[in-house]
Amino acid sequence: MSTNGMKKITIEPVTRVEGHGKVTILLDEQNQVKQARLHIVEFRGFERFVQGRPYWEVPVLVERLCGICPVSHHLAAAKAMDWIVGGENLTPTAEKMRRLMHYGQMFQSHALHFFHLCSPDLLFGFDADVAIRNVIGVAAKYPALAVQGVMMRKYGQELIKATAGKKIHGTGAIPGGINKNLSIAERDGFLKDLDQMVEWSRSALKIAKDYTVAHLDTLASFGSFESSHLSLVRADGAMDLYHGNLKAIDAEGNSIFDQVDYQNYLDYIREEVRPWSYMKFPFITSLGPEKGWYRVGPLARLNTCTFIDTPEAEAARKEFMALTDGKPNNITMAYHWARMIELLHSIEKIKALLHDADLQGTDLVTKGNRRDEAVGLIEAPRGTLFHHYRVNKNDQIVMANLIVSTTNNNEPMNRAVELVARQHLSGVKITEGLLNRVEVAIRAYDPCLSCATHALGKMPLEMEILDAEGNVLDRKAR
Amino acid sequence: MSDTITFTIDGVEIQGRRGQTILEAADDAGVYIPRLCAFKDLSPYGACRVCTVMANGRPQAACTQPIAEGMVVENDTEQLKKVRRDIVEMLFVEGNHFCMFCEKSGNCELQAMAYRLGIAAPKYPYLNPKREVDASHPDILVDHNRCILCARCVRASKDLDGKNVFQFIGRGPHKKVGVNAEANLSDTNADVTDKALDVCPVGALLRKRVGYAVPVGKRLYDLEPIGSDIEAKRAGQEK
Ligand code: FES
Repeated sequence: MSTNGMKKITIEPVTRVEGHGKVTILLDEQNQVKQARLHIVEFRGFERFVQGRPYWEVPVLVERLCGICPVSHHLAAAKAMDWIVGGENLTPTAEKMRRLMHYGQMFQSHALHFFHLCSPDLLFGFDADVAIRNVIGVAAKYPALAVQGVMMRKYGQELIKATAGKKIHGTGAIPGGINKNLSIAERDGFLKDLDQMVEWSRSALKIAKDYTVAHLDTLASFGSFESSHLSLVRADGAMDLYHGNLKAIDAEGNSIFDQVDYQNYLDYIREEVRPWSYMKFPFITSLGPEKGWYRVGPLARLNTCTFIDTPEAEAARKEFMALTDGKPNNITMAYHWARMIELLHSIEKIKALLHDADLQGTDLVTKGNRRDEAVGLIEAPRGTLFHHYRVNKNDQIVMANLIVSTTNNNEPMNRAVELVARQHLSGVKITEGLLNRVEVAIRAYDPCLSCATHALGKMPLEMEILDAEGNVLDRKAR
Repeated sequence: MSDTITFTIDGVEIQGRRGQTILEAADDAGVYIPRLCAFKDLSPYGACRVCTVMANGRPQAACTQPIAEGMVVENDTEQLKKVRRDIVEMLFVEGNHFCMFCEKSGNCELQAMAYRLGIAAPKYPYLNPKREVDASHPDILVDHNRCILCARCVRASKDLDGKNVFQFIGRGPHKKVGVNAEANLSDTNADVTDKALDVCPVGALLRKRVGYAVPVGKRLYDLEPIGSDIEAKRAGQEK
């Protein structure tokens, strides 16, 4: 297949349930990489399906959207519905229960990503045989690590169950509050294993940090580029994964906007549609579609916040920022290190919450003046997640718009793949090295593609090289 | 003539009162016969056939069939369980029942019945009908997607509320619960305190804005299967 005389190389991950992706590398006549396109089939049916449903159903309904981070959708939708019922000033018990749910989700998601998906790349190297470079390989060579990953994931999932009612598809967050508190028995169960979780988080952070520092030569340029960064931050500038105001900075760290009430996000963020992709490309309105794209997720959050309010994660943040002299870190592979700082931050937050008697409070729901339109934002494990709804006077949803974390990172992921292709494609032959590196670059962003989070941590890839007439020159599949 | 009637269910001797249905007598004796349209304060209706038993060798709806002296009733048999499973599965595929996000989940009799009967996934193809939601009433939501046409609301509105808000309209696959007004529920005298709202076995007739308030683990059927309350009576009697 050819487009304007360009040749296409296609890397196609095997399709699974939620959305899948495929990489197309467009070559020019000289067989140089002209552009890379990461096609992600996003599940957009939700926005239609939710039409006419009662608003209180949405936080539960929306969990069906994504099997990978249902809790993030649950909470983002619940935050929007808080605004609809005028209950956005949650009771202390409700807010803290939701935070506990969210940090539990962050903890289990980051642990899963690190131990199951990313650690094989770090422990065995990008070029290791995929037959070994997966979680089974990790379990064989580093059994203790594999066990830690499983136990940490389980701890996070149990926190989700205790706050949401179920490990997946719970009902905990309701408009204006929460439907349960944390019993003393539940709390004590979590306190028992807490120190172990903190300890394991420290050691995971150390692995990520040591690896990044030791391999800085190769990692610094690997799929890296300067970009703006966006996240929620607290009113005092601190990292806040559950709630805050929008802040965006440029690659140098200059503020683009700060402390923006996310109810007004449409004044600051727009979405561009490109004909070749199902997934939209969000951008900062004032900078325009060309320059306005930005990154979200752990790396962006480390860059936008001015401090972290838990001591160990703050110390880790200072070390992280020292690497780039306090300027924003634009190294794609530093996502892993940033993610592990957030892992430690999450468990520190969980610890503080478990010792907070408000979790045993009984004042669970607040309501105020009903509104017709609302936006709910949260910092999901993969980055800022936007939920926007309009509700009619009969309490039915009449409009829904979602910008998921992976959509926010759409342009950056495309750029990362393009850069890696430029750096590692030679000729028109597909090498294992290219396949591996494209996979590693995509994985740094932890996109919510089912293929990227394949159970074994191995991204099934298919790559084809086609000449200008559409003839297959080479083909490789995993 | 004595008012006591003696009969058996699955070989166990049961004493009932003259005029009782098999279902009523079984309930009193602590024997659970599955049912979906029957409801204690409502007149028998015989719509769902989930209560099908063998009475003297013939299939009968236990909720409408009166007991008789010496009657031999089979209830808890493999054959009848299969019949009931088939009926419940058909109810599932006939409507749009998304238990995973339905606010009635955990309190829903249809869902609880499926669990009790051991239905994992229906073997019949889903019909995915197009059904409406009537959200016009300020405090009540009607979601026809989940209606199983049990007529409980129809009976309760008429007999308990004295209102006649709900009526069946249409026939066969087009049959649905309509309202006694030009168009919408908001045009009727339905009220949030109506008993009709309490009897819906599924999530078709709901009070607005209270969904999900009860956490998972505290809902009606989270811990005990449907029918356990009736069976507990028997356990009590045997002590
Ligand atoms: S309960 Fe007897 S027919 Fe429905």
